[in-house]
Amino acid sequence: MAVSNSSQRQSGARKQGASSQQPELKARGRSYLSHHAEMAKVSLKRLLATPLATLMTLAVIAIALSLPSVFYVGLQNVGQLSEHWQGASQVSLFLSDQLSEAEGRDLALQLQSNSQIAQLSYLSKDDALAEFKQFAGFGRALDQLKVNPLPAVILAVPTQDYLSPDSLQSLTQLLLSIDGVDDVRIDLAWVQRLQAMVQFGQRAVLLLAVLLSLGVVLVVGNTIRLEIQNRSEEIRVVKLVGGTDGFVRRPFLYTGVWYGIGAGLMAWLLVQLSVWYLGSIVDHLIVLYQSDFELQGLGFGAASMLLLSAVLLGSGGAWLAVLRHLRAIEPN
Amino acid sequence: MIRFDNVSMRYPGGHEALGRVGFSMERGEMAFLTGHSGAGKSTLLRLIMLMERASQGQVYVGDQNLNRMPVSQIPYLRRKIGVVFQNHQLLFDRTVFDNVALPLQISGYERDSMARRVRAALDKVGLLTKEKLNPQLLSTGEQQRVGLARAIVNKPQLLLADEPTGNLDPELSAEVMGLFRQFNQVGVTVLVASHDLDLISRLPYRRLTLDKGRMIDGG
Repeated sequence: MAVSNSSQRQSGARKQGASSQQPELKARGRSYLSHHAEMAKVSLKRLLATPLATLMTLAVIAIALSLPSVFYVGLQNVGQLSEHWQGASQVSLFLSDQLSEAEGRDLALQLQSNSQIAQLSYLSKDDALAEFKQFAGFGRALDQLKVNPLPAVILAVPTQDYLSPDSLQSLTQLLLSIDGVDDVRIDLAWVQRLQAMVQFGQRAVLLLAVLLSLGVVLVVGNTIRLEIQNRSEEIRVVKLVGGTDGFVRRPFLYTGVWYGIGAGLMAWLLVQLSVWYLGSIVDHLIVLYQSDFELQGLGFGAASMLLLSAVLLGSGGAWLAVLRHLRAIEPN
Repeated sequence: MIRFDNVSMRYPGGHEALGRVGFSMERGEMAFLTGHSGAGKSTLLRLIMLMERASQGQVYVGDQNLNRMPVSQIPYLRRKIGVVFQNHQLLFDRTVFDNVALPLQISGYERDSMARRVRAALDKVGLLTKEKLNPQLLSTGEQQRVGLARAIVNKPQLLLADEPTGNLDPELSAEVMGLFRQFNQVGVTVLVASHDLDLISRLPYRRLTLDKGRMIDGG
């Protein structure tokens, strides 16, 4: 056979190659989209064909997703609760027993004019005892006592402008310096501690979420890896007849998306069930604390975030598996 | 259509499958590739499909230099080549129709024109009535013909076959070979690797003979 000028032949053939048997661009676009729909359907069918295995995988992912979500819901509620309480923080002034009830009421009246104090009430020794009996459940034991050990109390609520830790500190100093005031307690201290704990909790939940997300990616990745191995014969044939990497990848990516959607919904259900289960106990607690607080579930925004991250993690895991394992399968 | 310039192929581990092979085939030509098993026939076909790359020398298909072809272009090369294997490589999780439709699906055909082409291809190999069956239910000869239908459904410019009659009795072999001749008559370049010398010697086509990786005749 004669060897002709290769560069000349090459450029001639390129033009010819471009005009060879190919469907027109528009038709290919439509076909591309319909292939996406087809692969989404096929991958869903494959998952449903092995319902138990699919359910187990979904459950693993859903539990991993619901754990941080439940903690998140818990923290949101605690955070809300502490804000609720901070607004109503109280300063308690314990009065000396040497002060008579009349003197105590006088003192309360004087304090009323202080601009730092919004609201004020006076509890006499007897009032304090009555309230203690009612709420602490020590009724019987207290009846045994011959003298009332409780001091009279003035309960003061600082105005909104004086709620910062500094101004509360100076208010405390001021109140302590008054004759007849034994001790001053601010309810705020434990609220602040609670808030610090909530902050710690938020960090912990974030850490947990990151770790468990990694777990989800690995679980999905491993499941898809097995799927790729099971379908290696098909992948070989598809590559042999000219399937691009994108074509080969598609069904597996959709499998990941389906895992994400399924597990996301399942996780949402688990979270709502947990909230519902804990709700009755919380309601009881709330009654004990005389609060109008209501346990909040996963809101619409957070639920969407949960679903979205589930889908992203699912397809991410699938992508990872596909990247690592698809290249290795070549026609033989 | 195909040109090999001094092509050598050495597998990792040192085994030389092809040594300094040179030959070319014109567009529309039909030829046989013969030689004992292990002579390098399959390797030569694999080089044309870019299932392997030559260790030395140049391979041209349709005047494209395959050595310079990036990996991303390989699928598009393979779409222009129909290929038939001895072990037909059919998928048993789908019907005969879907097996044949696979190359069209990949190339982006729409359902209607796809169905038309699949039926035309099945008709050509005489299996139109079996399109809804699973290929597992077919005889070896029929499976081989399904493989052939899949190879030609995209109307390739080049048809390769690796021992396509290896598992068939003489009568079926002659039938399959007849099909290759038909495709060649409508302008397809056909290269058939076979050691069925009985059958080949009765047919009027060029013979490329490989022996221990060297082309000793026809190149």
